[in-house]
Amino acid sequence: MAPISPELLDLQASLEGYARDFGLDFFEVRYEMLDYRMMNQVAAYDGFPTRYRHWRFGMEHERLSKSYAYGLHRIYEMVINNDPCYAYLLASNNLVDQKLVMAHVCGHSDFFKNNLWFAHTNRRMLDEMANHAARLRRHVERYGQDRVEEFIDACLSVDNLIDIHAAGVRRRPLPAPEAESESRRTVRKMPAKDYMDSYINPPAFLAEQKRQLEEAEKQHRRLPEEPERDVLLFLLERAPLENWQRDVLDIVREEAYYFGPQRQTKIMNEGWASFGHTHIMTERALKPEELIDYADHHSGTVAIHPGRLNPYKLGLELYRDIEGRWNRGAFGPEYEACENLEARRQWDRKLGLGRQKIFEVRRIYNDVGFIDEFLTEDFAREHRLFAFDYNEVTGEYEIAGREFDEIKRRLLFQLTNFGQPIVDVVDGNYENRGELYLVHRHEGVDLDLPFAEDTLRNLYTLWGRPVHLETVVEDEGKVLFSHGPDGGARRPVS
Amino acid sequence: MTLPIEQDASRFRQIVRGKIKQNLRKYISNSELIGRRGKDLVSIPIPEIELPHFRFGEPRGGVGQGEGEVGSSLGPARPGDGSGPAGDQPGFHILEVELTLEELAELLGEELELPRIKPKGKRNVQGEVVRYTGVRHVGPESLRYFKRTYREALKRQLASGTYDPDRPAIVPIRDDKRYRSWKAYPRPESNAVILYMMDVSGSMTQRKKELVRLTAFWIDTWLRAHYKNIATRYIVHDATAHEVDATTFYHLRESGGTRISSAYDLCHQIIQKDYPADEWNLYAFHFSDGENYGGEDDRRCLNLLQKNILPQVNLFCYGQVRSAPGHQFMDTLGRLNDEKLATAEINDDDEIYVAIKAFLGKGL
Repeated sequence: MAPISPELLDLQASLEGYARDFGLDFFEVRYEMLDYRMMNQVAAYDGFPTRYRHWRFGMEHERLSKSYAYGLHRIYEMVINNDPCYAYLLASNNLVDQKLVMAHVCGHSDFFKNNLWFAHTNRRMLDEMANHAARLRRHVERYGQDRVEEFIDACLSVDNLIDIHAAGVRRRPLPAPEAESESRRTVRKMPAKDYMDSYINPPAFLAEQKRQLEEAEKQHRRLPEEPERDVLLFLLERAPLENWQRDVLDIVREEAYYFGPQRQTKIMNEGWASFGHTHIMTERALKPEELIDYADHHSGTVAIHPGRLNPYKLGLELYRDIEGRWNRGAFGPEYEACENLEARRQWDRKLGLGRQKIFEVRRIYNDVGFIDEFLTEDFAREHRLFAFDYNEVTGEYEIAGREFDEIKRRLLFQLTNFGQPIVDVVDGNYENRGELYLVHRHEGVDLDLPFAEDTLRNLYTLWGRPVHLETVVEDEGKVLFSHGPDGGARRPVS
Repeated sequence: MTLPIEQDASRFRQIVRGKIKQNLRKYISNSELIGRRGKDLVSIPIPEIELPHFRFGEPRGGVGQGEGEVGSSLGPARPGDGSGPAGDQPGFHILEVELTLEELAELLGEELELPRIKPKGKRNVQGEVVRYTGVRHVGPESLRYFKRTYREALKRQLASGTYDPDRPAIVPIRDDKRYRSWKAYPRPESNAVILYMMDVSGSMTQRKKELVRLTAFWIDTWLRAHYKNIATRYIVHDATAHEVDATTFYHLRESGGTRISSAYDLCHQIIQKDYPADEWNLYAFHFSDGENYGGEDDRRCLNLLQKNILPQVNLFCYGQVRSAPGHQFMDTLGRLNDEKLATAEINDDDEIYVAIKAFLGKGL
């Protein structure tokens, strides 16, 4: 790892000047120069060289180095959501690449700083990761690598069971003080003079109040009171874990929440950074002789591969589309109601609101909202989007159609909860036996059942008492999977 | 300095090899790169362990971008695809890669943890081989890299506005010129000979020979990476032995009985005549299905091996292919105890790896 050359530092200063002129507002960026070996290593740790020891980082590293060795990919840069923002540059990039990458990084840094979904992330994560590593090292020294690693594996197996759409780490209010819960036990009458009492507080009203109170009381005793999506938090608070185990779980959960927003805003974030770099480069920074190298690199970044969406491309084009529409005023009920294609195309109210709008968009949306709100039928047609399916007979993916509703439905499904099934804790004391009861909110697609059973086994390790998962299996209806001391079991739910 | 990632990587490799954490073995999946070596396609495994979690089953469809009619194919399904949000890893997609012999051997060595061979013989000096792999700004005209020079000149002319699409003449100036540059790689100087012997009696079916061919392909690959020159000789035998060329070796089919000693005899003669052991690294491989003419011939074989062959060769390997039950030549060889002797059974494609490891794992 090395600081960047004075030449690049000058470049950074001028590029950041252009970026500010463009309107970007970013964390201070600190660059480090890495050779490809270090880059692959840092990338394996998701950008945190000080991360804790775990075999899966080694796995990621093997994959990255192999595909690098055979020339299948290279990582030009990495940016860390931190204040100051750290970014790594690949030493073998040529100067134009570095320029482009630095312009791109300004976009990411701006996005980290301003996008609402990142508001709760820890901006000292570089330090925090080092702390995590130190805490885990201590546990390993005391309890042995195998034991700690096994527990980490169990935690990682459920680390997608977090409440990702909560903007903060904690959604639940702090437990109410005891005094208040006392007062909840008695029916409170409406204030009234004695002679008016039977009118203002008729027996029916009182009975209704009492019933509601009892209901609340029952609910209060249920655990959790409301279905809990943050399964990790529930385990953290309720599972009979040893202190070191609780600490490990806490670390895994914190990192899952830290990385959550990056997965939630992949399209927006990459699109925004690409939008930024195209403007900065083509309007300000590029020298004539650099044009072809720039175009070569940029077109590689936004290239389309059949069968998968390139988030750089999709995001960039959506921002452009939004900017264009808001410049022309091509939005709102009047525009939506217009059925004349030619009129729609020619639509221009000369509002010039485009730039303002996309800055607003980058602040308040995540990918789900971004697609839901701004992916229009016109856009899908213009950009040749299609839905594809797996053909069992040929074993290949095939284009299934270009119907807009279907495309949008699928995209939203993929993005909602990262394309992960939604699972809630509904009871932590199932059948009054201290067993854990989870419900999978089935939305038409079944779980991978063998994997689900193994995940349950890991949950059993964490919870210590039998665990149950209610889900729906096509052709069978509701099914309850359980795992306890005697192993796994399944039975239909009536 | 060892990088911290090395610890994680080696722990991961241990899991993959089944040395620790057996419970994770069932989650190993192999996504792969397809390597190409000449006409042969070789899969380069990239093992991955996916910890179980709640996820959706079956390969799902998705959304893509580009041209194409309804029903047109996007290519075969690949493990690991189709999950996660759109394009988690841009720029990472599976391609065929061309492999050099060295890379292929390296893969094999890594995969089976083979030790490098230390050649014997007096001419064990490492030489160098020059390969043109790089590009530089200066060099002799004879090494001018036309394509890169053209591209640089085109870029410059476009940028400076002297490019005329109607008269697309490109004139390179000095700054545009690019030259190929070379790098020297160490090259072993010692020579080796591989002697392949195979039973072609009636009981050796085509399938058995295919297993032999595959095994020999990997043996060749490994040994070629360690020696400058490799001579290969082929001997077939039933009741008598003949020297043949490679094609005949794999396709000849005789009927009749088997006398293994005939092949060992011929092998010994070839070594005597052409390959003095103090100048050559000798590798002998014998494949048969384990049937031999009788106890008398077994004794002759042991005798030949012990007296004449084993003292001369670096390694003698015996591979028994899909043997029938009953008396087997492998049991006979089991009586010999010599570190230069390696035996293995090859009943299936999977066991080729095991055999190669048994043969070449000694680093001789």
